[in-house]
Amino acid sequence: MKTLLAALAVTTALTMPGMALARPVTLTTTLNAYGGNGAYLAFYVTDAQGAYQGSLWMAGGKSKYYEHLSDWYRATGGNTSEINGITGASVGAGRELSITLDLADALFDAGYVLHVDAAVEDMRNSPSEIAVPLTSAGAGQANPGRRYISSLSYDM
Amino acid sequence: MIRSLHRWPGLIAALLLVLLSLSGAALSVFPAIQAVGAPAQTEPALTVADLASRIRAVYPGVEQIHRAPSGRITAFWFNAGTPGGAVIDPATGQGVGSADVPAVQRWLTTLHRSLFLDDAGRIAAAFGAAAMLLLSLTGAALVVRHTGGWRHMLTRLKGPLAGRLHVKIARIAVPGLALSSVTALWMTASTFGLLPDGAGPPPFPAVSGRSGYELAQMQALQDTQVSALRYLTFPYPDDLTDAFTLKTDAGEGFVDQGTGMLVAWNDFSVWDQVTETIYMLHTGRGAAVLGLILGLMALGVPVMASTGTLLWLAGRRSRPRLHDNASAGHADTILLVGSEGGSTWGFAATLHATLTAAGASVHTAPMSSFAPARYHRASRIVVLAATYGNGTAPASAKGFLDKLAALPALPVPLAVLGFGDRSFPAFCGFAKDVAAAAAARGWPTLLLLDSVDRQSPQDFTRWGRAFGAKIGVPLELNHQPVTPPTRMLTLISHRDYGVEVQAPTAILRFALPIVPLWRRLTGFGVMRFAAGDLLGIVPEGSPVPRFYSLASATADGFVEVCVSKHPDGLCSGQLLDLQPGQTVRAFVRRNPDFRPKRGHRPVILIGAGTGIGPLAGFVRANRRHRPMHLWFGARHPDSDMLYGDDLAAWAADGRLASLATAFSRTAARSYVQDALRRDSARVAKLVTEGAQVLVCGGRDMAAGVADALADILAPQGLTPARLKAEGRYAEDVY
Repeated sequence: MKTLLAALAVTTALTMPGMALARPVTLTTTLNAYGGNGAYLAFYVTDAQGAYQGSLWMAGGKSKYYEHLSDWYRATGGNTSEINGITGASVGAGRELSITLDLADALFDAGYVLHVDAAVEDMRNSPSEIAVPLTSAGAGQANPGRRYISSLSYDM
Repeated sequence: MIRSLHRWPGLIAALLLVLLSLSGAALSVFPAIQAVGAPAQTEPALTVADLASRIRAVYPGVEQIHRAPSGRITAFWFNAGTPGGAVIDPATGQGVGSADVPAVQRWLTTLHRSLFLDDAGRIAAAFGAAAMLLLSLTGAALVVRHTGGWRHMLTRLKGPLAGRLHVKIARIAVPGLALSSVTALWMTASTFGLLPDGAGPPPFPAVSGRSGYELAQMQALQDTQVSALRYLTFPYPDDLTDAFTLKTDAGEGFVDQGTGMLVAWNDFSVWDQVTETIYMLHTGRGAAVLGLILGLMALGVPVMASTGTLLWLAGRRSRPRLHDNASAGHADTILLVGSEGGSTWGFAATLHATLTAAGASVHTAPMSSFAPARYHRASRIVVLAATYGNGTAPASAKGFLDKLAALPALPVPLAVLGFGDRSFPAFCGFAKDVAAAAAARGWPTLLLLDSVDRQSPQDFTRWGRAFGAKIGVPLELNHQPVTPPTRMLTLISHRDYGVEVQAPTAILRFALPIVPLWRRLTGFGVMRFAAGDLLGIVPEGSPVPRFYSLASATADGFVEVCVSKHPDGLCSGQLLDLQPGQTVRAFVRRNPDFRPKRGHRPVILIGAGTGIGPLAGFVRANRRHRPMHLWFGARHPDSDMLYGDDLAAWAADGRLASLATAFSRTAARSYVQDALRRDSARVAKLVTEGAQVLVCGGRDMAAGVADALADILAPQGLTPARLKAEGRYAEDVY
């Protein structure tokens, strides 16, 4: 667990080089043309039992809307210090979001699950729109979301 | 100060405000459509438990149930890997329509709150809302100041159409616009996290770890009525650690899926309640009628933006630029201007510039904005006052005497300079009233009342030297009267009258100046006028214009005035000698108080001599055949019966309801007031029916008419003064 948190801390300083236990991972998320305003997306990791481990990225800048990312909000209590420095703009319908971060090796093939919660104004909330296990074998594969996300893949 | 705070934000924000108000007005319709279109809840005591089980019976994969403030219920589900959603009929749990927000509404919402520019646009829109609020407050303050107090805010308005329209709409719309802008600012502050957060949901509680409790039997859901519901979120299928999330109008919490009991709850804080109320007041969601009313009020903004801009342009044209106008609080010299048409402003500008050049700090303002409480450093006050009509206050001095009468004597010495025409009996009448009222209040006199006759630069220079000597500054006032931009008018025809009775008179008709197409399209440079407006003609050999009442409107396609020869009259002589094809320099000045008011009430037109001009114009334009009755006085029916043939034709086609004449050079020797007295029963009847009286002609004739009407109306308990106060009696007297 300590290693994971250390690695997650690194994600806030993506440029830190030569970290032996971490490697750069690119998350590519493509949204459907769902015909609505920009989507708020919360990327976070749970263990195999579903216990929250840490956040990777928050797409969407206004904290008053975070409660609609209900699983993430429930796990963190809406605590914005979880996403300090790893927050970007919301993602428009049909657009692609690509983020590169340093993830600890220990996260892969150890039962950890990458979750994405999605929410769009005036449309249904979609907690755990995607929940995909982090495995070396699964890298590069497209995973479909439930409603807003057309596909998500992580590349190492 | 207030005026600038109203003008500049208004002009700068006008386009933005038009955009925001139009999109806001369009958006205001949607809550009403939603409220009308959603299936009504027929059982008032329906519980969330019943509603949820009905919906789950139809949609087993239901995940969320929403209730909008309008009462519309929507459900979202996830069945066999596909998400779905619908508007629900609460009686059956069946979907009856799409749950999606219409694309138009989404587009309008984004335009309205962020102009498609995201946060930058939100900030711009918030600036718009702040400007709207500022405009509402300063506008209200201006109306109060202009009308002389809160109690007079709803008095009848005078002045040009643009100004009246601006204030009329504002009186109706300002409460709504102020509300919408305050709520908009609150919502923006909330969006940017500048306001305290609400209570939020409680921390997720420990749950029983069981599942499968009968939905319809769940205590927490049975205790909640649908009318209080915001949303209910179902637990993930097969996740025993999850729970129902319930949000109502009182707070939010979690319901155990194994016991049906409420296991955690947070009441809304005061902030939540306030924010929700503000949201409802702004969007009309949950208050559709209010939303529609606010939307209608928002539609006033485009009209106010355009009339406001027009007012500013008109004001700019009619007043000279004042450089270095000191603020009221800092100036040592206060210049107050009472001007009807604007020429006195020209003199004020000259005095302002000369005094400023001599080192004085001068504040120049219309007499109507007289505010002695703000004159902290003033050591002298100068009043430049023209006189309107029969000695009444000119437009820019409305309310001055009332304010003066309500004040204790000012310790600041006062100089009054009157402007007028010595040939009128009420020469500088208003200036005299001002000087007398100030003396009666014990106001110290700096310089005795003096006057400037017919805009004489020599008179003005002479007064300037006397004034300079008093204040110890040598003043040489060199005033060049500024005339408004003139157009060349070409005479088409003149119809001559009155030579036999030694009163040469003519109806002169000029062609409308030719305006290039692009100017016609943009509306610039087009002469716009109605009968009753004034045509200022600048004669050869004098820079001072003479004014004639217009007998035609733009729509008639020509410019027509009646002119009679004055002994030694420079301008009238030139006009009567004018041949078709020759030109004069002229401009139009609006005279909006002298014309028939809108409506179908009868109109009594009374005129003598060339005074028939505007009255004939009113009749000519009376294509709706409202009852117009004309009393006309001339010298002899064979000589100066102006418009004789036209009047017969208009009476025949219904534009003129009746015509009564009086001739002073026939055996009858009768004047128009005699004709009125002869018809007193008919006149009294028309007035009691609500008729408006319009009088045009010489000063003596107008006085005679007023006397006659006073006698005629006395049995009804009416006086010309009372009719004037009601806006039903107007004179155009020369």
